Amino acid sequence: MSKTSLQQYLSEHPFFRGLRPKDLAWLAELAEPLALEVGDYLYREGDQSKDFYLVQEGLVRLEIHTPGRGALVIQTLGPGEVLGWSVMLPETRKTFDAHIFQAARLLAFDAAAVRQRSEEDHHFGYELCKRFSRVIGGRLQATRLRLLDLYGQPH
Amino acid sequence: MVNPISSIPRPDPMLPRPFRVARAIRETADVVTLELEAQEGPPLAFLPGQFTMLYVFGVGEVPISISGDPHKPERLVHTIRRVGPVTEALCQLRKGDVVGVRGPFGSAWPMEQARGGDLVVVAGGIGLPPLRPAIYHLLRHRRDYGRVYLLYGARTPADLLFPQELQRWQYTLSHAPGASPVRVTVDRAEGAWNGSVGLVTELIPYLHLDPAHTTALMVGPEVMMRFTLAELRKRGVPEENLYLSMERNMKCAVGFCGHCQLGPHFVCKDGPVFAFPQVRDWIVRKEV
Repeated sequence: MSKTSLQQYLSEHPFFRGLRPKDLAWLAELAEPLALEVGDYLYREGDQSKDFYLVQEGLVRLEIHTPGRGALVIQTLGPGEVLGWSVMLPETRKTFDAHIFQAARLLAFDAAAVRQRSEEDHHFGYELCKRFSRVIGGRLQATRLRLLDLYGQPH
Repeated sequence: MVNPISSIPRPDPMLPRPFRVARAIRETADVVTLELEAQEGPPLAFLPGQFTMLYVFGVGEVPISISGDPHKPERLVHTIRRVGPVTEALCQLRKGDVVGVRGPFGSAWPMEQARGGDLVVVAGGIGLPPLRPAIYHLLRHRRDYGRVYLLYGARTPADLLFPQELQRWQYTLSHAPGASPVRVTVDRAEGAWNGSVGLVTELIPYLHLDPAHTTALMVGPEVMMRFTLAELRKRGVPEENLYLSMERNMKCAVGFCGHCQLGPHFVCKDGPVFAFPQVRDWIVRKEV
């Protein structure tokens, strides 16, 4: 995908939609395409948070390994979803494994570069923070609802 | 939305007709599908979304949505979860046993109004069976609709209903190669599960839809439906195109007893399928 068509793709994506053209162009330049096979790990628990990712194809499982029970799946992320919101916080480490479950194509965005641009251009940083807040809020809401065990037997 | 109560001739809506169990299928640890055949008289024609009252003689009567194919009414199909004494008794029935059936009752999914546009079907837990007749209708009239998605959330992989049909629908509901119209997700999974883990509402933002011309049908726990409604409204799906099936406290099924009253509506008679604007002010009220 050319940088121009990548910019167009980002401008239509729900996460990036509404950013200024110059920000979209910068992000398109920054984006690194990744192709991973089933069984690969995008990152592992304890790794430094170096990038955030946009899943274009495939499935990524967030897992945590528990002795005696193996890998417990926290959540699955598929096409269109963003993972790695913690990159907005410096010096963070990954708390889960990101395990490729269906062959995946992703875009990786360098965290340090994104943070630096956010510090230098607060409008860009604020817009990005709003978008990550929506991701965090959505995950928190979904987690709360899953904790309610809505599909369980009524008591 | 069609309310066919007045259009289908029926003798006495309070009088159960005897139906014999032709087949009982154990779907999961607590869910059974019963295929029933009328012992006398014509088969029971119904529209997708309607329900019947099933009477286990000597035990009691419960409202159960019809989960079979509306084009094959000779087999009246219900999928029942064991949650109380009557459903427990229904789940124990075997081939040859007889139950009483009243109905069909209630409003139907807006299959005609939805023609020509995209369609999102959202099911949570035991909410899939009331939507299955609509899916059968879609399969039979696939060309009349645009993109179709079935989003189905369950507690665990062991709780998924109709797994073989879900696999078939992945191809038969598709509008284009690789479209993956069936998206299944579970709250919890370990081991061999090879699908998604997460909440069904999280699937909505990334669907390829023409929101202004999309209709959504949903059944599940009311909390799930409220969040599903919110996500679909965020996507720009018009409120009048959002339909949900409510199943609150239905007893008589004909609007006499008032047990299922929801504001100005009786769920059994005016529902169970409602357009969102009809119930917008009522589904979040604790008092009703």
